[in-house]
Amino acid sequence: MAQVLSGGLRRVIGDGEGVPDGRVDGLDDADLLDLYRSLVLLRTYDERSVVYHRQGRIGTYAIFWNHEAMQVGSAHALADEDWIFPSYRESAIGLLRGIPASTLLSWWRGHPAGWWNPADYNVASICVPIATHVPHAAGLAWGKRLRGESAVAITYFGDGATSEGAFHEGANFAAVMRAPLILFCNNNGWAISTPLAAQTRAETLADKAVGYGMPGVRVDGGDVLAVFEATREAVERARAGEGPTFVEAVSYRAAPHATADDPRAYIDLARVEEEKRRECVGRYEGYLRRLGLLSDEEREEIRSGAAALMREGIARAEAEPAPDPSILFEHALASPPPSFAQDLAELRRILGRTEAGGAASPRPSGPEGAGPEGSV
Amino acid sequence: MPELSYREAVRDALSRAMRADEDVFVMGEDIAEMGGSMGVTQGMLAEFGADRVRNTPISEMGIVGAGIGAAMQGMRPVVEIMYEDFLTLSLEQIVNQAAKHRYMSGGQLKVPITIRTQGGAGWSPGAQHAQQLEAWLVHVPGLKVVFASTPADVRGLLWSSIYDDNPVIFFEHRTLYGLKEEVPDELEPIPLGQARVHREGTDVTVVATGRLVHESLAAAQEAETHGLSVEVVDPRTLQPLDERALVESVQKTNRCVVAHEAVTRMGFGAEVAAVVQYAAFDWLDAPIERVGARFTPIPFAPVMEEFVVPHANDVLAAILRTVGKDVDGG
Ligand SMILES: Cc1ncc(C[n+]2csc(CCOP(=O)(O)OP(=O)(O)O)c2C)c(N)n1
Ligand SMILES: [Mg+2]
Repeated sequence: MAQVLSGGLRRVIGDGEGVPDGRVDGLDDADLLDLYRSLVLLRTYDERSVVYHRQGRIGTYAIFWNHEAMQVGSAHALADEDWIFPSYRESAIGLLRGIPASTLLSWWRGHPAGWWNPADYNVASICVPIATHVPHAAGLAWGKRLRGESAVAITYFGDGATSEGAFHEGANFAAVMRAPLILFCNNNGWAISTPLAAQTRAETLADKAVGYGMPGVRVDGGDVLAVFEATREAVERARAGEGPTFVEAVSYRAAPHATADDPRAYIDLARVEEEKRRECVGRYEGYLRRLGLLSDEEREEIRSGAAALMREGIARAEAEPAPDPSILFEHALASPPPSFAQDLAELRRILGRTEAGGAASPRPSGPEGAGPEGSV
Repeated sequence: MPELSYREAVRDALSRAMRADEDVFVMGEDIAEMGGSMGVTQGMLAEFGADRVRNTPISEMGIVGAGIGAAMQGMRPVVEIMYEDFLTLSLEQIVNQAAKHRYMSGGQLKVPITIRTQGGAGWSPGAQHAQQLEAWLVHVPGLKVVFASTPADVRGLLWSSIYDDNPVIFFEHRTLYGLKEEVPDELEPIPLGQARVHREGTDVTVVATGRLVHESLAAAQEAETHGLSVEVVDPRTLQPLDERALVESVQKTNRCVVAHEAVTRMGFGAEVAAVVQYAAFDWLDAPIERVGARFTPIPFAPVMEEFVVPHANDVLAAILRTVGKDVDGG
């Protein structure tokens, strides 16, 4: 069981010194190693993606370094039938549901191989407009209840997202409809350059749950086990028909908001360094080692496995053939409007001419004026 | 004369107004320490303090709504919506509130708010961060809508927008922030509702807005090699529209192309075409050509984005069509 620290923060992993390690009921040694495998997978994906971006192969990328424990702990508490509604910060959470790395990388490249059918994985599209997906998750969860299905939904969003009307309306809706929903807030302390204190006067974000008539729990977001346990309880409540729960996972954004951001103008650099030292994958590794569950060989094997998976993912994404321009018009509507054929024919004529040696369209070099936010 | 970038010109207008007038203040997401997602308000926090350069929660409805409340008390707030795509979240406040208060109080209540926002393609931000939505707002009685294309214009027009007694939606284009030009030492306000002739010509008029002003100027240059003299006119204020300037130009050239980055179909260009054909029907020697984005969301991949939004060669192709030369754009 988790211990409750000051501020109602739940925590399982000790610090190797004064604070003792706890255990989570129902997780055996194999489960504990599975969590580690997922953490390493996400960490590897994230670090490799930043490099991939620097190589100019993908656009602005939302870094989730030190957010892995929140994503892994919560996703592991779900059943496969449960739906995940990610924000840009959880762009790779689909890896834990079997979406190939090459698909996700292609998504960031704007390549059609990056499209997946949400219903194949029960992972909705990545939402970049803030909090917009919270009502979708509420609606889907409510639908599951109306149909008498046992699946629940989880929606991820940031601390800043709690200021949006869509968050409020989605949370209230879920509570009123007793929708089986977990509202999972990644409170990393920052919304781009805006600190939490400028976002809300509430003492904790979990306090907001009171106003919606749902339980709100606070958990150490760097502690994968505490996150797992808190989410598991919320999932059990939801499945039992008791409605939504708000989970506030408290962490710290130790990396820039996105690859286009330079946080030095606003962030507390000393705090960032401190957070880097206690980042979540390392903390869990320490826990496993103290329990004698992770040998150097296992660690190496898991890491090289993740690295190999990423290498393969990148190779596959790179090998995707250039798409046909017809995809530009094909998917905007279920049945293409009359303009479709016209636009496509015109485009083909132009492309034919370009390929025959005409100049391609002039394009400003690089994202001039691309601000710290980039596209996320 | 100092040289200012479009970005600095916006900042200059804001700063001058704030120095001159306690009633002017700015607020929006990440505009303080960070200076805004486009760096427009950089340095302003240090000069004016956190009460007048206010970071807000991520609440677009709240930002515009609270700005309306401030404006009702006679202040002149300039609020920033980080991307025009997210004007969508504040549309009730803009369309049903800001645009209606004067009317529904019989002219007794004014809402002198300026809503600055930016957008546009050219840097691959994808379908939800690259739209040009000005056509939605020019359609609403009770609003003024400005879309500036140069540093001097953005400065003079922003000043006038701040001091206009109506709500003004002020569009900036993302790819123009780095554009530089010399501007007068003194800020010269540019009246709203006045078009600017960028380049005089005798054969074809191109009415262009935003980024397409520059694409059209490039196309006009290129048209010279085809022996054509092209006039480029930027309405600058889309609502109210300087109809006379557009009509007079077409009465001189007898041909008209309308160019904007927003999708062509159902767009602002259709209104321009309607105005011009009605007033200059007997002068027109060719159908009015429209240039804009193809009718589909903006794709994420850079190469694909290029196919969707218009460039100089699309404008050139349209110019040539008006004189009967059918050359493809691209
Ligand atoms: C509706 C909307 N408004 C503004 C933005 C610009 N924006 C992108 S990320 C972000 C900050 C979000 O912060 P938070 O909710 O704390 O999530 P985090 O990025 O920290 O995970 C903002 C303001 C947006 N994408 N959508
Ligand atoms: Mg945050």
